[in-house]
Formats: sequence, C-alpha cells, structure tokens
Amino acid sequence: MTPAALELLGVTRHFGSGATAVHALGPLDLSIAPGSFVSVLGPSGCGKSTLLRLVAGLEAPSEGRLRRGGEALDGPSRRVGVVFQEHVLFPWASVLDNVLLPADVYGLPRAAARSRALHLLERTGLADFAAQRPHSLSGGMKQRAAFCRALLPDPEILLLDEPFGALDALTREELSLDLSRLWGELGRTALLITHDIEEAILLGDRVVVMSARPGRIRADFAVDLPRPRGVDTASSPRYQEIKREIRALLFQRA
Amino acid sequence: MRQLSTPLIWLTLVLAWEGAVRALAVPAWLLPAPSAIGAMGWEWRAELLANTLVTLRETVLGFALALGLSVPLAVLVAFSRLAQRVVYPILLGLQSVPKVALAPLVTLWFGIGEWPKIVIVALVCFFPILVNIIAGFDAVPRAMLDLMHAMRASPAATFRRLRLPMALPYLFTGCKVAITFAVIGAVIAEFVAAQDGLGYLILMASAQSQTPLAFASILMLTLMSILLFRLIEMAERRLVDWKP
Ligand SMILES: Nc1ncnc2c1ncn2[C@@H]1O[C@H](COP(=O)(O)OP(=O)(O)O)[C@@H](O)[C@H]1O
Ligand SMILES: [Mg+2]
Repeated sequence: MTPAALELLGVTRHFGSGATAVHALGPLDLSIAPGSFVSVLGPSGCGKSTLLRLVAGLEAPSEGRLRRGGEALDGPSRRVGVVFQEHVLFPWASVLDNVLLPADVYGLPRAAARSRALHLLERTGLADFAAQRPHSLSGGMKQRAAFCRALLPDPEILLLDEPFGALDALTREELSLDLSRLWGELGRTALLITHDIEEAILLGDRVVVMSARPGRIRADFAVDLPRPRGVDTASSPRYQEIKREIRALLFQRA
Repeated sequence: MRQLSTPLIWLTLVLAWEGAVRALAVPAWLLPAPSAIGAMGWEWRAELLANTLVTLRETVLGFALALGLSVPLAVLVAFSRLAQRVVYPILLGLQSVPKVALAPLVTLWFGIGEWPKIVIVALVCFFPILVNIIAGFDAVPRAMLDLMHAMRASPAATFRRLRLPMALPYLFTGCKVAITFAVIGAVIAEFVAAQDGLGYLILMASAQSQTPLAFASILMLTLMSILLFRLIEMAERRLVDWKP
C-alpha cells in the first residue's frame, strides 16, 4: 500500500507560554491519500493557517508527528508547492520572472523552465502579461501568477491557504473552477484551506470541517461529485445536499 | 504654469536682492549685489572652476569610499548574528558622534593632503548609507521570507533574489542623504586645513573681504550639490523602476 501523501498524528500547536499562551490547534489526526484534493473548512482564527504552516514545514508542532510520503516531516520540501493568501509576488520582477523563481532557486534547466512557465501563463490567461510587473495586474491575475509559480516545478503536493480569500465573489468562482480543471490535469495531491463552504465542496474530494480555536476536526465529508466540475456542479442536487449537511453541522448549537 | 513658477520666484528674489542692495547702498564687502557676484565670478572663473574640481573630487571619492565600506558591512550585519550583536550597537553609538567635530583630529592623523578631506567626507556619508541599507535588508515582509523558506532557498539565493532588490530603494535614500552631507563634510574639512578647494576659497575670500567671491564659491558649491543629488536620482530611476 502506498503511504499517505500527508499524515498528521496527534498534532497540536501552542503559541507563547504562561498566562499569554494560545492553544491554536489540535490535537488533530488527518491522513491525505496521494492524488486526492482535501478541503479544510473552518471559521476564521481556528488555526487553519497554522495547520498549513505545519504541513508546509514552516513551523514545528508542539506535540504530535507529521509525515510526508511516509517519511518524517521535519522542514519544507521542494516537492511541495505553497500558495499563500497574499500573492507574495516580488514587485521588482516581471510576472514571468516571478513564476520562474522556483526554477532559479532549485537550479532547474533554464530553457525548459521558461517554456513551462510560458505554458502555465498561457493556461491561466496571463500570456500577455508575462513581461509586466505585478502592480499592473488585478488581484485575480496576481493570484493566478502565484499559482503558476507554485506549479512551475511540478510539485507532488500543493498547499493552498485561502488563495481566493482576498478576491471578489465572481473572480473567486472563476479562479476556483480554473484551479479545479488544472488540478484535474495534473493529478497531484492538494490541501486547500478555506472558510468558504462552496469553494470547499466545489474543489474537494473531501471536506474536513474544523471547530473554532483550538482547531480540531469535527467532521469529514466525502464529496462524491463527478469531475471535471464546472459551473453546473453547484446547481446539482447532490452538491446542494452536501452543502446543506455541512451548513447544518456548522450552525448547530454544540 | 507650475514648471514656470519656481524659476519665476527665484528670479523675483534675486531682483529684489539686487534692488534692495542698491537702494540701501549696502557695501559690497557686507552683502554684494547679485550682479557684483556674477561679475566677480566671471573674473575669477578659472580659479572657481579649478577649486570646484578639487572639492568635487574629494566629495565623490569620500562618498565612494563610504559606499564601498558600508555595503559589505551591512551585508555582514544582515547575515551574521554575531555581527548584529557586536557591530550594530557600536555603529549606533558612533552614529551619534558629530563627525565634523572630528575634522581637526582627522587632519592631525592623515596630514594635509587630499586624504583627510576624503576621510571626513566618508565619515559623514557612512552612517546614513549603512543605516538605510540595514533597514532595507530588514524591511523584507515575513510572507516573502516564508515563500523562500518553503522552497528551501539557500541564504545566498534569498539574499540575491529577495533582500538585495528589497534594499535597493533604501540604499538610494541613504545615498541621497549622504551626498548632501558629503558636500558639507568636504567644505568643513577644507576650512580646517587646505590649500585649495571651494571651502578654502570661501575662507580666503572672507578673510580678505572679497565677499562677492565667497558668494560665487557658495553658488558653485550649491550647484555641485544639486548636480550630485540629481545624478543619484537618475541612477535610482534606472535601477528602481518598480512600484511596491
Ligand atoms: N506566530 C503566532 N504567535 C502567536 N499566536 C499565533 C501565531 N500564529 C497564529 N497565532 C494564533 O493562533 C490562532 C490561529 O491562527 P491562524 O492559524 O492564523 O487561524 P486561521 O488561519 O484559521 O484564521 C489565532 O488565535 C492566532 O492569533
Ligand atoms: Mg489564515
């Protein structure tokens, strides 16, 4: 049996100590199968970003263990791509150079990386903006560029921390459908952090619902909607049913 | 309209100056009229130019020396925790020393040639440049560092791709402050001990009540200062062509 792409065992995270200590997360167990898309849904401040930073290896857990592909996770990996809530594009570099950043950092062959970058920009409708600086792009375009950058080295695992959080509703939906399509083609493992129910269902094979801080897993819904998903998916009866179930859970008095 | 208003204001001021000096018959050794300054400046043009070049050379060399020393030091402070702990407090302490007060001592240590002037210019330029670059290296947002960290970028890659471009606008801010100080430093160094340079010329002219010549020298200094500032601004516009 192939090991889980990501595995969390009894993971907790505290910040600070003494009277000002904050228990941000856990204890939490989660296993993500290779090639699956898992959405983590939770209210703001419940420790979602903390969870992602732990999985990305940017922080260490206070207790518990994490595994990546069956091996102990003890730091960031070049087989993992991260898209943060803020696009974090470098304002001094062109869109193309921003997308090429991982190639530069990893020392990938230039010509191949360049053609892949241009292909990704093409696929996300940014081909005409390759030479522009990020400040001349709209919010949605910046986030697309950040996706391209994360996808450039073809990561096995994609981590997304509310990547559509700062966008307007229309752009959000358009971008999440684009992402769904792109992910379908790549067949990689993805973990999406979000506070948006529709987004979580539309993109995920599973929706993991978290409690308020300290974030724990309250429920784990399987999303058995056919792929590829499109604008029609949201109007299907099964989608509505899953959405009702999740809403019922979120708004029930505990 | 706006483009025209500044020269017009200056022209008006100069004319008012000329008119007031003539109307009140102020003696030239006390306050010369602009026309007298112009005439004297033209008469002494060869000397003015030669001494301007002397001061310009001291200023540029001192500034370059400060730049050459502060950039590597800032990199060291940015990279090494030890340097941060040891060097930074010392630098912050030294920053408060009024550098021009050291001018007589520097002359004592470095003799009477060009070097004491260059050293004093470098001293006054050093701190504004250094402090600004260090601030630039520190101005990198946490999210950008997280991005580099998530890619396991080496410290060298993080420096080259992130910290350096981030610090460049700060470097220019420091340079613009420093170049103005540099001209002041050069003149004060020349006041202390010199056989040439605009500071020397101002001192000599004042001592001999050749006030129009002193004013002409000050005008040259001002023009030099503006020119140097503009050159740095031009370089900045070429190298920092991005908006945050
Ligand atoms: N570096 C930190 N230091 C102290 N507290 C933190 C830190 N990071 C997060 N927290 C706290 O942990 C909790 C969860 O934060 P976060 O993971 O950002 O939540 P979410 O992303 O779900 O909005 C919050 O109460 C936050 O204040
Ligand atoms: Mg968050």
